[in-house]
Amino acid sequence: MDEALLRSLTPSVLGILVRRGADFAAAEDAVQDALVEAVRVRPAAGSPGSAGTGEPVRDLKGWLVTVAWRRFLDATRADTARRRREDLLDEEPAPGPASSVDDTLQLYFLCAHPSLTPSSAVALTLRAVGGLTTRQIARAYLVPEATMAQRISRAKRTVCGVRFDRPGDVATVLRVLYLVFNEGYSGDVDLAAEAIRLTRQLAAAIDHPEVAGLLALMLLHHARRAARTAPDGSLVPLAEQDRGRWDTGAIAEGVGILQAALARDRLGEFQAQAAIAALHADAPTAGETDWVQIVEWYDELARLTGSPVVRLNRAVAVGEADGPRAGLAALAALDGSLPRYTAVAAYLRERDGDLATAARLYAEAAREASNLAERDHLTRQAARLNARRSS
Amino acid sequence: MAKYLMLKHYRGAPAAVNNVPMDRWTPQEISAHMRYMNDFAARLEETGEFVDSQALAPEGMFVRYDGEGRPPVTDGPFAETKDLIAGWMVIDVDSHDRAVELAGELSAAPGAGGKPIHEWLELRPFLTAPPTVTE
Repeated sequence: MDEALLRSLTPSVLGILVRRGADFAAAEDAVQDALVEAVRVRPAAGSPGSAGTGEPVRDLKGWLVTVAWRRFLDATRADTARRRREDLLDEEPAPGPASSVDDTLQLYFLCAHPSLTPSSAVALTLRAVGGLTTRQIARAYLVPEATMAQRISRAKRTVCGVRFDRPGDVATVLRVLYLVFNEGYSGDVDLAAEAIRLTRQLAAAIDHPEVAGLLALMLLHHARRAARTAPDGSLVPLAEQDRGRWDTGAIAEGVGILQAALARDRLGEFQAQAAIAALHADAPTAGETDWVQIVEWYDELARLTGSPVVRLNRAVAVGEADGPRAGLAALAALDGSLPRYTAVAAYLRERDGDLATAARLYAEAAREASNLAERDHLTRQAARLNARRSS
Repeated sequence: MAKYLMLKHYRGAPAAVNNVPMDRWTPQEISAHMRYMNDFAARLEETGEFVDSQALAPEGMFVRYDGEGRPPVTDGPFAETKDLIAGWMVIDVDSHDRAVELAGELSAAPGAGGKPIHEWLELRPFLTAPPTVTE
């Protein structure tokens, strides 16, 4: 059984159950059961159905709907909601007028509903839209399975009163997908790849330049993944990456999607971020990077978001475009307590030739680092400069 | 089986024998150290003795309850705190001797000059659930 194919059917199957009148929480459980069942019995198109109908499985989606619906009815029966069940049985064959594309979109909105905390929205999206099991999600986020199960069931209770047919906010969905992508490097499930799959699916369901922008951003960053870490697990900075190991297929796709989005002249922060990533991808060597254009995109991004982190990254780009002194001047205008401020200062000091200050700042930045790989990287930078100064 | 916590300190443990701060090592020495730590954890996973390993940021604060309806009081961070935990590894082993043996191995991780750090690790047994058979 192709697990990716199965999981891609999750949102439309779930959407059909909800349209038929099942409440979201119970329908979601039923779809999970059906997915597990599908992995177990491996129904194939044209093969005898295992759903107990005695009819051939015409298509996998139909099979999943049948099994999930039966599971839902069993659970409802067990819940003694007899009258409700009988009502539902009467209307069983009516899938409603909505297309599965609409259903998929509604599910994204529901799972990223503003009433959910970011961690709940992420967990619910991965399960109800992505079709991952609670165990897989728990492992990916390094928490006990029981904790993740609670998080998901609380999230489902939170959104149980939300009308399924109301338009939602695309921006909240994009934030959730971005979170999945950006923190997606642990566990046996590849969350970065899953985030790309889910964003691709969303892009197919809604025509929106920022959805395209986020998809492009993800593809362009994912393209560098193999080059981003050394065999010993240490971080390799962008300038030192072996660009021959970048995934040119992903870059071409990302650039194509971005160009089509930008042509529509509705700029947003994800398109601007993707544009910066595309300029890096476009440079055959680090020395050929078009830093002047990158600074311009950071200006756009700062205008769109007002984010101090963007201004910090802009200072790095200014340092490359106009020299380290200009970068340090841009840095001086920012709040020194920003995350990574000290690391940026260390980098610009080194570029300016002040190795003693740079080494001290790198060591200080290592103490402030919020993740292990970055801390080790910064410690190595300090060690490199100290070794060079003493030799 | 018994669980033990091996605690690594930023501050508060007796000074290591090879006591040179990491940013004064060479990059190669840092890589060798990282490799040793990763290999150690991987080996314990293979023997079925690894439970958990986590590293902590040096910055933190103290927090306490300040009464009904009031926000908690926070204090710190304290630069002069005597004891500062850097991280830990939890192991599940057959004996106290085995726990001591493993802590010794972890303390032998290479540091400056490629020589073992001889770092002091704090070894603490977990309190366990009561046994079923008591007589």
